[in-house]
Amino acid sequence: MIRSEILKEIAPILRDQLVVCNIGIPSQELHAIDDQPSNFYMLGTMGLASSIGLGLALSQSKPVIAIDGDGSVLTNLGTLPTIANNPAGNFILLIIDNGSYGSTGDQPTYAGRKTSLAKVAEACGCETVVECAAEDTGRVLQEALDSGEMTIIVCKCESGNAKMPVITMDPVVIRDRFMKAVSA
Amino acid sequence: MQEDINKRIVDDFVANDVSFVTTVPCKQLAGVIDEIDARKDIHHIPSNKEDEGMGLCAGAFMGGKRPAIIMQNTAIGVTINTLATLTQYYRMPLPMLISYRGELGEPVACQVEMAVHTKALLAQLHIPTYHFHHRDDVEELDKIIKYTFMCNKPVAILTDASFWGGY
Repeated sequence: MIRSEILKEIAPILRDQLVVCNIGIPSQELHAIDDQPSNFYMLGTMGLASSIGLGLALSQSKPVIAIDGDGSVLTNLGTLPTIANNPAGNFILLIIDNGSYGSTGDQPTYAGRKTSLAKVAEACGCETVVECAAEDTGRVLQEALDSGEMTIIVCKCESGNAKMPVITMDPVVIRDRFMKAVSA
Repeated sequence: MQEDINKRIVDDFVANDVSFVTTVPCKQLAGVIDEIDARKDIHHIPSNKEDEGMGLCAGAFMGGKRPAIIMQNTAIGVTINTLATLTQYYRMPLPMLISYRGELGEPVACQVEMAVHTKALLAQLHIPTYHFHHRDDVEELDKIIKYTFMCNKPVAILTDASFWGGY
């Protein structure tokens, strides 16, 4: 399975949650598969989906799912100790780990070689870390939501991208409708 | 006196409903960071890098809280992309209380290397910038915080060694 197939499968779960989605093709795919006001699409700033998601989870009570990639987590590796040491029971970090920088031409990441992001997260102090196969993402995500415990999910999948249009929505519109969904 | 200024600064943040503060430490800011950590009205999240901190603040803002970041001026070099493509692009307010290292009284030569670029970079980014040099300059902080949340922009408050009373 590739990322877009996972997103299609978990779209019914994501639909009712606040979602902060990683820059580039992941946001384009989610936007094309199931655009929702409760999706915050990152149009720039690689690496900060998990930080935005944590800040949001710590500031209000609704569940927050940050959809990140292995390359983006590697870019902002300092996020994992911050997450571990400031736990929010309503926060799920879903790392779709396809071992490559999908938005820039599928160059391999170190997560696809020797580095285990699940082990890194555990070493950083994250207490609930689940590594799963792509096919199990929906079940694992639902279990994490039901548990009410902060969970880091590392979903191992194949490299590859669906061809989706660029998001042309104005960033202020994305932010405004997202904030309305947050406070609804 | 030093304790008074730290308390005064944090009082102004609290009075303006700032309740989520992320910090990357600097020796000059140690007292104000301690004060923030001690206040129950403020959720203090130390971060490992300033762009990460700005991400946390963006999330907190969208979650309904008023955020602020405390960092050193060297961070401007680290955060230009984040300021442009997250904070400014999505029009989010962010008061940035910044220690302005490399100014008069600075003992560490390397700090001057980023000090000479600090105001130019902020100007290039069209970030409203205030420079606290004399102790009385703190009188403007309340208005600066209000201004930040009025206009939904990142705003820089540079605080130099003279302001803090030297090293």
